[in-house]
Amino acid sequence: MADTPPLAAGATAQSTRRRMRSRDLKAMPGFKAAGWACIFALYLPLVVLVIFSFNDNRSVVKWTEFSLRWYEAAMENEGIRNAAWMSVKVALVATVFSTIAATMAALATTRTAAFRGQGLAYGIINQPLMIPEIVTAISTLSLFSLVKQLTGITGVGYLMAAHTAFCIPFAYMPIRARLEDMTLTLEQAGADLYATPWQTFRHITLPLLMPGILAGAMLAFVVSLDDVIITLMVAGPGETTLPIYILGALRRGITPEINAVSTILVGVSVLLVLVLFLVQGKMKK
Amino acid sequence: MTSDTAKAPEDGTTRRSMISARELTKTFGQGETAVTALDNVDIDIRENEFFTLLGPSGCGKTTLLRLIAGFELPTSGLIQLDGQDITALPPHVRPVNTVFQNYALFPHMTVSENIGFGLKMLGKSSGEIEARVKQMLSLVQLEAMANRRTDQLSGGQQQRVALARALAPAPKVLLLDEPLAALDLKLRKNMQIELKSLQAETGITFIFVTHDQEEALTMSDRIAVMRDGQILQIGTPKEIYDKPTHRFVADFIGDINILEAQVEGTEGDQTRVRLKDGTTMLARSTGADTQGHCAVALRPESIRVAQAGDTPALTGQLENLVYMGSAHNLHLRLGSGEELVVRHGGSTEGLDLSPGAQIGVVIAPGGARVLA
Ligand SMILES: Nc1ncnc2c1ncn2[C@@H]1O[C@H](COP(=O)(O)OP(=O)(O)OP(=O)(O)O)[C@@H](O)[C@H]1O
Ligand SMILES: [Mg+2]
Repeated sequence: MADTPPLAAGATAQSTRRRMRSRDLKAMPGFKAAGWACIFALYLPLVVLVIFSFNDNRSVVKWTEFSLRWYEAAMENEGIRNAAWMSVKVALVATVFSTIAATMAALATTRTAAFRGQGLAYGIINQPLMIPEIVTAISTLSLFSLVKQLTGITGVGYLMAAHTAFCIPFAYMPIRARLEDMTLTLEQAGADLYATPWQTFRHITLPLLMPGILAGAMLAFVVSLDDVIITLMVAGPGETTLPIYILGALRRGITPEINAVSTILVGVSVLLVLVLFLVQGKMKK
Repeated sequence: MTSDTAKAPEDGTTRRSMISARELTKTFGQGETAVTALDNVDIDIRENEFFTLLGPSGCGKTTLLRLIAGFELPTSGLIQLDGQDITALPPHVRPVNTVFQNYALFPHMTVSENIGFGLKMLGKSSGEIEARVKQMLSLVQLEAMANRRTDQLSGGQQQRVALARALAPAPKVLLLDEPLAALDLKLRKNMQIELKSLQAETGITFIFVTHDQEEALTMSDRIAVMRDGQILQIGTPKEIYDKPTHRFVADFIGDINILEAQVEGTEGDQTRVRLKDGTTMLARSTGADTQGHCAVALRPESIRVAQAGDTPALTGQLENLVYMGSAHNLHLRLGSGEELVVRHGGSTEGLDLSPGAQIGVVIAPGGARVLA
């Protein structure tokens, strides 16, 4: 091994690299075209939506002049304001509770001795991602109707509970990924230095897990903010979230005002993802 | 057999035992895939001792440390710390600290916070912690790094932080799992000296793991040589080197010639053995269980080339002459086909060192030892 001439070693490395490059997906004919087509299909509608939110005209197909009037109109529209506030409230509550539950689930599935049915536990936690949302929506509705009938309790709590439930798997994924990346040695070092299990969690596990928890929380927040189907089924009167409001407004015809609100929604999502990237980049260092 | 040979030699010390393990066994897994990492280990490690666990990869060194630290529970057996049974105690109540092989520094804390962590968890006052951290920083010569993040340190500096962090709470026992393995040779030599003097300064019992026999010989008060989850011999570096009781120990530590032999009889504390080529010789008995078949161990420095007038104990054909700087190593092929390496320190004048020459060899008194 040691007496391999450096020249030969270099040559092998190079030829390996060349072989790898030729197998690279990017080298396949039509790869670029297909890539751009996908990007256009994904983002062109969004671009149109954003552009026409700044149109001075009522029309969403004919451009006249730049203006912020639809944003003003949206801000002044009480229906939109209430819906936005409802969305944020529900999303915040759902984020907090689903992230806590997901963190506990992730700890239980990675930081305990292997137990029988561990694979099953993973499956059960992630299964909601696989079940069609409409089925979840209908089953949640039936359950809540039953509970309402039995207890007589009503209110926005049902909507929050539903959102919390479907946000859990989304929050769980990044948290578990982070935990699996973290070696147990640091936690053992904590215990070795007289930290009780709780102190080890508080001073070692939790701070190191934070990027994962933040990622999970933001994912949960965005997913809750965007939800339509389950909210449509579960929301009671007066519990209109922003997506539901937009859906209702659309029935009366598409207006630039809706474009404006949608643009804000997109902006918030993009901002959250951006913040997430920044925070994670910093924590990884 | 090993239980006989594993007994600590009587050297008159009355220092009390800090760690005692009795019939310690650890098995991982169950059924057919079970691995016995530690097999019925008995060991006594004394107060204020630099004790080394030495053995090849997979022999159970780390497992023994992890049992002492409390990261694993034994399958059976008992561990005592300073007379108290700690077998079932969780790690955070054992007054034992570990220097991990990959250091395991907390990446989200500064150097000072890392070093003070143990004291903080013990509920010491912040003033006391600060003073102790300062003392530790100067002990490992890292005063200038107090507020650095640990990933801004070199490997050697991280190593010292890990050491300071483990020493800060003044544990009764410090466990070091191959702490020098990741360092380059020069740094390694420096750290060996630093570690040794740190042990002497603090008076804390060090249990040091390595698979580097030279490191073990230079640093330790006593060494336990392990193989396959068992302790083969415990003794001072000199005892282990000069008086190995087990063929594996002899072979593992330093250069040695091992020749197959038959026991012929006992003469005082010597055993008469017959080598495979028919020559007989006297060799020191070691208490090893030698029934009929045995091995004779000869260190290269306890045999020399026969001069005119000597009666050679062994004769072999010169196959190779290796220049070692201060000496020559002569590789001889004996009549039995076995190889014998002789170290020849003086001048080679007057010796026929042509390939194939017949060379006689004289064994120093007590230089041959009988091993199982
Ligand atoms: N958690 C575990 N599960 C299963 N087997 C294990 C486990 N830990 C150790 N072993 C096995 O126990 C034996 C002893 O391992 P140990 O880590 O103690 O060896 P070691 O002497 O420290 O070796 P090295 O010098 O390579 O670090 C090995 O065969 C190893 O495969
Ligand atoms: Mg090991």
